[in-house]
Amino acid sequence: MLGKTAGGLYWMFRFLERSENIARLVEAGSRIALTRSQDSQTEWKSIITTAAVRKNYSTKYDSFEGSHVVDFLLRDKDNPSSVLSVVENARTNARMVRTALTTEVWEAVNENWMTLKALLKRPIKETDLPFVLGTIRQQSALVRGALHGTMLRNDIYDFARLGTFIERADSTARIIDVKYYTLLPSASFVGSSLDNVQWDMILRSVSAHRSFNWLSENDINASTIAEFLILDARLPRSLAFCTSQVNDNLNFLSENYGKKLKSNNLSDDLRKQLKTPDINEIFEIGLHQFIGDYIRMNNELGMQIEEDYRFNK
Amino acid sequence: MSEGKKYFDEMINDGLVRAPYQEYHEWFDKADTKRLAKKSKEAEAFFRRTGITFNVYGDKDQQERLIPFDLVPRIVSNLEWMKLSKGIEQRVRAINAFLHDIYNRQEILRAGRVPIELIANNEAFLPQMMGMSPPGNVYTHIVGTDIVRTGKDNFFVLEDNARTPSGVSYMLENRETMLQMFPELFSKIKVQPVSGYPKNLRRSLAACAPKSCEGKPTVAVLTPGIHNSAYFEHSFLADQMGVELVESQDLRIVNGHVAMRTTQGYKNIDVLYRRVDDDYLDPLNFNPSSMLGVPGIMDVYRAGNITLANAPGTGIADDKAIYSYMPDIVEFYTGEKAILKNVETWRCSEPSSLQYVLDNLADLVVKEVHGSGGYGMLVGPAASKKELANFAKKLKAKPSNYIAQPTLSLSTVPIFTKSGLSERHVDLRPYVLVSPNKIDITPGGLTRVALKQGSLVVNSSQGGGTKDTWVLEE
Repeated sequence: MLGKTAGGLYWMFRFLERSENIARLVEAGSRIALTRSQDSQTEWKSIITTAAVRKNYSTKYDSFEGSHVVDFLLRDKDNPSSVLSVVENARTNARMVRTALTTEVWEAVNENWMTLKALLKRPIKETDLPFVLGTIRQQSALVRGALHGTMLRNDIYDFARLGTFIERADSTARIIDVKYYTLLPSASFVGSSLDNVQWDMILRSVSAHRSFNWLSENDINASTIAEFLILDARLPRSLAFCTSQVNDNLNFLSENYGKKLKSNNLSDDLRKQLKTPDINEIFEIGLHQFIGDYIRMNNELGMQIEEDYRFNK
Repeated sequence: MSEGKKYFDEMINDGLVRAPYQEYHEWFDKADTKRLAKKSKEAEAFFRRTGITFNVYGDKDQQERLIPFDLVPRIVSNLEWMKLSKGIEQRVRAINAFLHDIYNRQEILRAGRVPIELIANNEAFLPQMMGMSPPGNVYTHIVGTDIVRTGKDNFFVLEDNARTPSGVSYMLENRETMLQMFPELFSKIKVQPVSGYPKNLRRSLAACAPKSCEGKPTVAVLTPGIHNSAYFEHSFLADQMGVELVESQDLRIVNGHVAMRTTQGYKNIDVLYRRVDDDYLDPLNFNPSSMLGVPGIMDVYRAGNITLANAPGTGIADDKAIYSYMPDIVEFYTGEKAILKNVETWRCSEPSSLQYVLDNLADLVVKEVHGSGGYGMLVGPAASKKELANFAKKLKAKPSNYIAQPTLSLSTVPIFTKSGLSERHVDLRPYVLVSPNKIDITPGGLTRVALKQGSLVVNSSQGGGTKDTWVLEE
């Protein structure tokens, strides 16, 4: 397989994952804005920060007006992480690696692009927002479905999955990083309506508000949420889950190619970080510190994968 | 022919449906026009979804366009096809022999059958190819011979396209679309399949691997990249053949071989189906500013460590000035008269011809010697006075850059319109695969159709569309 193709697959699925994550963030943000009239600007600001587009946003807008944020995150071409931009990038990468994709995956990603391009052509009216966000998630799910249902489980699949989980790990970690203070046991007390809203928003941004209720049996507090998002390997967007998927896919690759590479070691290290038996140890290190380290290591791992498998040179 | 018609319609002639179209016509008569209109829309959606698009150069927005597809097939009888394919095979053999001769002993020049200036001053002639023989002596691994028809038995070769003929993906996808839209037609009418093309292409390319290649040859397709107008086709063919699609930045010379960067290091390529023009192929040997090629690939080629398909320098055989000598070329190398006719051609480099062309500009089609895609050509009868005058100036300034041909009354095949069937002019490009022991012509090809009523320009860049081409079993 060409190094360029591996890179194209990896990025194609990073971008697709990002489109979905951005849609979730906007969904969580618009929800909080609806439930709390005051200070919704602060929430939108934290969403812009989570999406890692703060600098870019500030060159364009002075305030964090909901409609501006939504427009910027969903359809602004000047924002390389807007849904419209990443869906287009995903499709460009798919064109580049067309020979590595089944017809069904290609058609799904092409349709994703055609549908969203049409949908995001004009500014989104508030009444249309739920539909638009739903469509973004649905289109992304179609691509994923085609991937699972039709692709050979070989190195092509591994690179696609690596892109997905490196991106998802980064996204979840950022959500925690921006809101870490609401997850500290010291900074919150059970039952405060403020925290309830914040926690709800965090859980919604990883589509886990319902599953959390099932698992936690109403024992809602900061540390159970933090534990859920960081260490619970049942949650498909938790750090533990993402990192273990990355680890597995890298192991498949090294078995397949008969070679252990630097990225395998980095991934093993990252996995060890999450082997902590319970969340209190993480609170002792400092949640902020821990998440910061995680984001950095995950990022380094991504770059090492690019190097090990010769994406660019 | 009915009164007032100057051209041959392939479906209905003298008020009668011609034999190859009989069954189709019956079916069409009974078909519900509304349903057909709906199918036509479906076909467009299908093409968009599968991404069968092309980019138009010079289009600012880099919009991807569809080549319009018409759902009425162009049908050729088996007998007609046998005659055509025999003629094409003869011509392709002669072209390969001609290329070998031109780049080696040059006997045709010594015999005075083709003037030496035509080769010596020709941009398509590559001195780097002198004295070498490509593996199996195959130069044109893939040929797309453009054929036009003007009457029942009148077929002409318009162009030989011996460099990198494009469009074969449309031949394949048009058939797929027709099969999906009208399965009932194919169970009724026995049409020869075209779907074997990608497999044959891979086999044919592998059969041309260099002698140095041990084991199963590694084949790859070289594309200029995703912005190239034919990128869809490049990826389509690589995918259908099951080979890698590479760009220049994936390639490097490693130990005297062309190798591609894989996730596990560099891997040698034995046969490269390159969709990059000669000029851009090797910045060390040709255009030094090319970003699309591989520095030093020509040296690997000359050392016999890779097969390039088509071979560099084949352009000398499909050059429009050489074209006029094709009947002589066929006779010289095969000892037979050419089966397929050439269109009468005036070489503007010859003063008497130039005078004739200038005097009759309004009736002629004038083409650039190295042009393609319908760019830079003049269709006399369709041109305004001003356009004619401007073109005459260009002609006088550089006569050897042009050839002229009579305006052919191309045959028509009806297309489907809102108001029913309507005749449009067509041409045909069958695809030919050449390997050391075999010339393989896919039964069918790409029928291009001028969608504008009366228009004779079928190029997709100039508003042409395509049709599925059926060659009947019996």
